[in-house]
Amino acid sequence: MTDLLALGGRTFSSRLIIGTGKFSSPEVMADALAASGTEMVTVALRRVDLDAPVNSITDFIDPSKYLILPNTSGAADAQEAIRLARLARAAGLPPWIKVEVIPDPRYLMPDPVETLKACEVLVREGFVVLPYIHADPVLAKRLEEIGTAAVMPLAAPIGSGRGLKMEAAIAIIIEQATVPVVVDAGLGVPSHAAAAMEMGADAVLVNTAIATAAHPARMAHAFKLAVEAGRAGRLAGRAPELPIASASSPLTGFLHSVE
Amino acid sequence: MSFAEKFSPEVTRNAVERAQRATEDDVRSAIASGAPDLVTAAALLSPAASTIIEELGWTAHRLTVERFGKTIALYAPLYLSNDCVCTCTYCGFSMGLDIKRRTLRIDEVMREARALTGHGFRNILLVSSEHPKYVNEGYLAQCVSEVKRATSYVALEVAAAETAEYGAYVDAGCDGIVLYQETYDPHVYAQHHLGGPKKKYAWRMGALERAARAGVRHLGAGALLGLADWRFEGLALLQHARYLQKHAWRSQLNVSFPRINPAASGFRPQHPVSDAALVQLVCALRIALPTAGIVLSTRETATLRDRLVKLGITHMSAGSSTEPGGYSEPGSAGEQFHLEDTRTPEQVARRLIELGYDPVFKDWENVAPHTVPAPIATRVAGI
Repeated sequence: MTDLLALGGRTFSSRLIIGTGKFSSPEVMADALAASGTEMVTVALRRVDLDAPVNSITDFIDPSKYLILPNTSGAADAQEAIRLARLARAAGLPPWIKVEVIPDPRYLMPDPVETLKACEVLVREGFVVLPYIHADPVLAKRLEEIGTAAVMPLAAPIGSGRGLKMEAAIAIIIEQATVPVVVDAGLGVPSHAAAAMEMGADAVLVNTAIATAAHPARMAHAFKLAVEAGRAGRLAGRAPELPIASASSPLTGFLHSVE
Repeated sequence: MSFAEKFSPEVTRNAVERAQRATEDDVRSAIASGAPDLVTAAALLSPAASTIIEELGWTAHRLTVERFGKTIALYAPLYLSNDCVCTCTYCGFSMGLDIKRRTLRIDEVMREARALTGHGFRNILLVSSEHPKYVNEGYLAQCVSEVKRATSYVALEVAAAETAEYGAYVDAGCDGIVLYQETYDPHVYAQHHLGGPKKKYAWRMGALERAARAGVRHLGAGALLGLADWRFEGLALLQHARYLQKHAWRSQLNVSFPRINPAASGFRPQHPVSDAALVQLVCALRIALPTAGIVLSTRETATLRDRLVKLGITHMSAGSSTEPGGYSEPGSAGEQFHLEDTRTPEQVARRLIELGYDPVFKDWENVAPHTVPAPIATRVAGI
């Protein structure tokens, strides 16, 4: 059975999206991408030097193997995100955009109001829009209604590696979604990614956990396996979770005892 | 309440004093808690902390990699002018010193900028002495907007200004304001800033708040080490940084604490700072400010800079010149201070790669409205 991720009019056999920040070198990044089996790689436009292609990270990302998903990192409001998206398209990058509107440089929390505004404009301009958001079920529905290709709720503060802290809200988003849900930010270890996939996420995005691991390529491979395992587990239909096995010393057994 | 009103040199000095008696366990609990208050933060700067510096070092290293990855952002200073109306005891540009003075014309500024972009720099810090006639708001705004055509990130390190002036710089494309308090001790400040607009301690202290109000996206705070006790300066800078992170929450904060180097003034610091003290400051500030950038200039030696990379530094200058015109016409004007790390930008970048770090020249995109294409549909319609 083929189990493809349908997103933005394309299909992907990998459900792991990789971010390209924080790597110790472009070569280490390229090895990690290869080991992860990913087919979609997000790149901050702020890091791409269109005037000095030799230094550019995009030189290390083979566009025949990976879809480059430009992101608007650095944008603090809707206008800046929109301009970055247009710059990316004008530079010949794919008309896909991961919208990140982050006014707070410390905790890197996305601005829901400005994100919605930016997405409205970019969807109208024909971009495939993937917004990075808080795990806010109402915002997720609002974005879906205006035509975003997916929603990307954060599992925990970005870079924190703390796992599915927003689990309850992400479960609601997944349950209600009509577009793919990509759990983005805060996944620290492969088991976090597996858990997100078991919950029913369509894909996950990982960056810091791979880029800052002692062995990035090995960690990328571990995430690949975890995402596949979590997805397979989801599709297999889990055994029912029971609150407790039969108690060894029943509290109400006396009702049936014959003495 | 502004930071100048909130900051108490006495309370800060007392915290430093009390921390002389801190134990290693006090330091360990400060490390574990991230030193949220003055007492625990002072423990990180205490003599006890220097006895377990390796523990501080590993914590600082881990926090830096978590937040910033294995990357170092590279930038270059571009000196616009050394004409100065201020008398500051430690500075090579101080009024009255017999040095060659010069304020670059815009075409000369651009020649310097092109020399830097030719080395790959996309982050340029425009630096100037204070001269209200030659280096005024109009001149600086023009420098910013012209240099911005050649690069993606431009910051200013110039005289403290009013909110409206900062607004003009932002409109011209300015991405950051760097302004060091020099010393947070008001008495020491008065002893070293003898004449000119820079004499105003509290006015200077409010500059970064004013810049943030005007919409400046990156702020650089700092102290010039050597004028007063380094522990006091570190603890004061930390309070300033935390104040800015709370009140100027939309702006990314960097901190820096350069040590005084020899300059034409012949100044010798009363409170020299050892390498060990500098290392302790880097580690302590990283632990207490895990999300702030820490900037290191070429005032430090190549050997020490290489070692500090792993301890918490996130931004470095490279191949710097501290004289106006120094990249395209070296020797044409006096330098502000003498540099220790004289490696070329290419050599610094290569060394960072050897150390396992990615040298990042570009980490910002220019999104000024006039630089960005109109939406495709609009252009097709010819509107």
